[in-house]
Amino acid sequence: MEPLTSFNIFTNIVSQFWVVWLGIILVFLISIRTKRSTGLYGKLFDSPIGMTGFVLVLFWVLTALFADLIMTHNPLDQVSGMKNKVPGTPLRGATENDYQWYLLGGDHLARDVFSRVIAGSRIVLKIAPLATLFAFMVGITLGLPAGYFGKKIDTTLSFLANLILAFPVILLFYLLVTPEIIETGLPKYLAGVMFLIPILFMLLLWQSRFHIRPKVRNKFMLWTLLVGGWIYLGAAFNADPLVIIRNLFYGPEVEWSLFPKGLVYMQPNILIVFVSVVFVNSPTVFRIVRGMTMDIQTRDYVAAAQTRGETPWYIMLWEILPNARGPLIVDFCLRIGYTIILLGTLGFFGLGLESESPDWGTTINSGRKLLSIYTHPALPPALSLMSLVLGLNLLADGLREQSLKD
Amino acid sequence: MLQFILKRICVMLITAACLTFIVFFLTNLFPNLEKLAKNQGNIRMTDDAVISWLDKRGYSQNIFKKYGEWLGVLPSLKVVDDKGQAYSRCSRPSIPASEASDFCGLLQGNMGFSSVFKDEVSAIISKRLNLTAYLMMAVLSVMIPMALAVGVISGMREGSRTDRTLSTFSIATTATPEYVSGVIFIVIFASSKTGLSPFFAEWGWIDGRTIVKGSAASAMDNITFRNFALPVMALALYGMGYIARMTRASMAEVMTAQYIRTARLKGVKFSTIVFKHALRNALIAPFTVIMLQIPWLLTGVVIVETMFNYKGFGWSLVQAADNNDIQLLLGISVIAVFVVLVTQLISDIGYAFLNPRIRVS
Repeated sequence: MEPLTSFNIFTNIVSQFWVVWLGIILVFLISIRTKRSTGLYGKLFDSPIGMTGFVLVLFWVLTALFADLIMTHNPLDQVSGMKNKVPGTPLRGATENDYQWYLLGGDHLARDVFSRVIAGSRIVLKIAPLATLFAFMVGITLGLPAGYFGKKIDTTLSFLANLILAFPVILLFYLLVTPEIIETGLPKYLAGVMFLIPILFMLLLWQSRFHIRPKVRNKFMLWTLLVGGWIYLGAAFNADPLVIIRNLFYGPEVEWSLFPKGLVYMQPNILIVFVSVVFVNSPTVFRIVRGMTMDIQTRDYVAAAQTRGETPWYIMLWEILPNARGPLIVDFCLRIGYTIILLGTLGFFGLGLESESPDWGTTINSGRKLLSIYTHPALPPALSLMSLVLGLNLLADGLREQSLKD
Repeated sequence: MLQFILKRICVMLITAACLTFIVFFLTNLFPNLEKLAKNQGNIRMTDDAVISWLDKRGYSQNIFKKYGEWLGVLPSLKVVDDKGQAYSRCSRPSIPASEASDFCGLLQGNMGFSSVFKDEVSAIISKRLNLTAYLMMAVLSVMIPMALAVGVISGMREGSRTDRTLSTFSIATTATPEYVSGVIFIVIFASSKTGLSPFFAEWGWIDGRTIVKGSAASAMDNITFRNFALPVMALALYGMGYIARMTRASMAEVMTAQYIRTARLKGVKFSTIVFKHALRNALIAPFTVIMLQIPWLLTGVVIVETMFNYKGFGWSLVQAADNNDIQLLLGISVIAVFVVLVTQLISDIGYAFLNPRIRVS
């Protein structure tokens, strides 16, 4: 088998992504057709910057979704003779069923760079949006009362937020994301507190809205407690109810093929990464929400609700929060980007994630050691990370521009 | 004004006390201490031996007491074991425990003894900080003028083509963290096989095989363009975008002000308006941002120093954390927290001072 030329590498990569191109075209056709009826999302298609950002983000989201179709090899497989090989090198000892080349070459452990980048997108897009969402839930739940009630609550919470903000991020990571800390169980307790807040948030949401209709409220609350509680137990304490029930009846030594670790399971090292990223992000969200609450509080509709005798939490969650959504959505996009950069930083220092994990930060870290001789292992993850974050920033910029037009 | 400053300083000191305590707590968790004991003593120590090793050196005391000793407000514990051997955290290889003073904490200017570098922590930090100061100075002198220029040019005619191009450029820089731009720069400028270097070398435009060096290790003795350009550029680029965007927003706001319109209608030249009337007011907001950007650069410094092998402050942080050098890590944390809090203080006071619309007290 001949090595591929640059042009052939390019065309092969493009054709490998066919499902992504198809997806982008479909999403665009539907979105543009319906753009007058989809509100802010539809308006995005009037701004070239927003649209560019949306394409980049959509590209990576679809790539992460269909990673199994796009990957040419297993991202962890090491093939002898493929160490540090340049892009387009034919696979040594390939059989009929194998993809015949390493499209972007091999890394220092003879793994396929292309497949690793694709697999990395999945890890990054699994952690970053979810962690950002949690940070938002925490920031909102604490920021609303701080801004609305002011006084002592505000002073205390603001002091705590400033305390975390004054902590250099990198130092926090080095102190928090270590095997020793995982040993002490500290991340578990942190997660135990932090993951409770979204459930609390949802419960407050239902209670404030439906407290005069107990039947509806109880229904919503029950579901929240059931689903939220399940996820809470599984994610924070690694105690998925399914596993606990199985162990009760069959004992822990029986191996299960279906959901061996339960429906919700988080590796301890991923959990600590997740917790520390939420920890770093939530004070900033808190500050934004607090500031906006103080501003919106002076509006007439809040005064009207207060006169009607609504409870403070109703006003905060159902009057103030929906009116703060514009800036929050914009900040959400930006913050996902920042979270991706933070994840990359963690990977770059080899903190938390396993050393063979294909996420972009770790890949850059392992590629940089031989960077001046072999440039191909580190460059693709670096460019991928940059393009995804750029996409999110452009998307946020487009959204901001469009939401200001109203 | 004085009252405002005093109040801010009080809050700062409380914050500093809280933060150093948190760092102290996290570095003094039992698994860390166990690792320290095994590193210093013997890898195959039994659990009992670890406990007695820690007991002798005062590590198993109450955390508040230990923190007090470390701060220098409580006397350090002195232990004499059954063999008559004395231990104290104030002892050094040159000073035996029996002669060591009772107080040796932060307030006495004593930051402890590094277990990895075998030297006083304060000596290591001052040496490393000095190296990082050069890097920071270079970064700030590149970043600030560049960011302000980009911000002012794009903000002075909001919505123009120049504005759109420069704004997209600054968005792109905020999407390029140091470890990404570092990789890209090395590939383009510092690799003998890819990028521009092979062409430049072929045409005889450069002496060596690469345009610039991919390592800044030699910059510790002698800073040249060749060994310092890439780390400085990588840091400056990421920090630049945010300042540029803030400057742009501030400039755009000033340009819509009444007095600028009056000046334009009077027929004042556009360049005079920008430089004489708009610029001063537009630069108040970026000042705060620049000050707040300095602690932000800290993370970048750690990344860049690791990537380009420049053994400064950030590099020592990584070394201290990786090798479980508790005293050094604590010392570095104190400095880092101090830098963050002082820049916050300066930015607060400076903002109140610069902006005539804000009247404190």
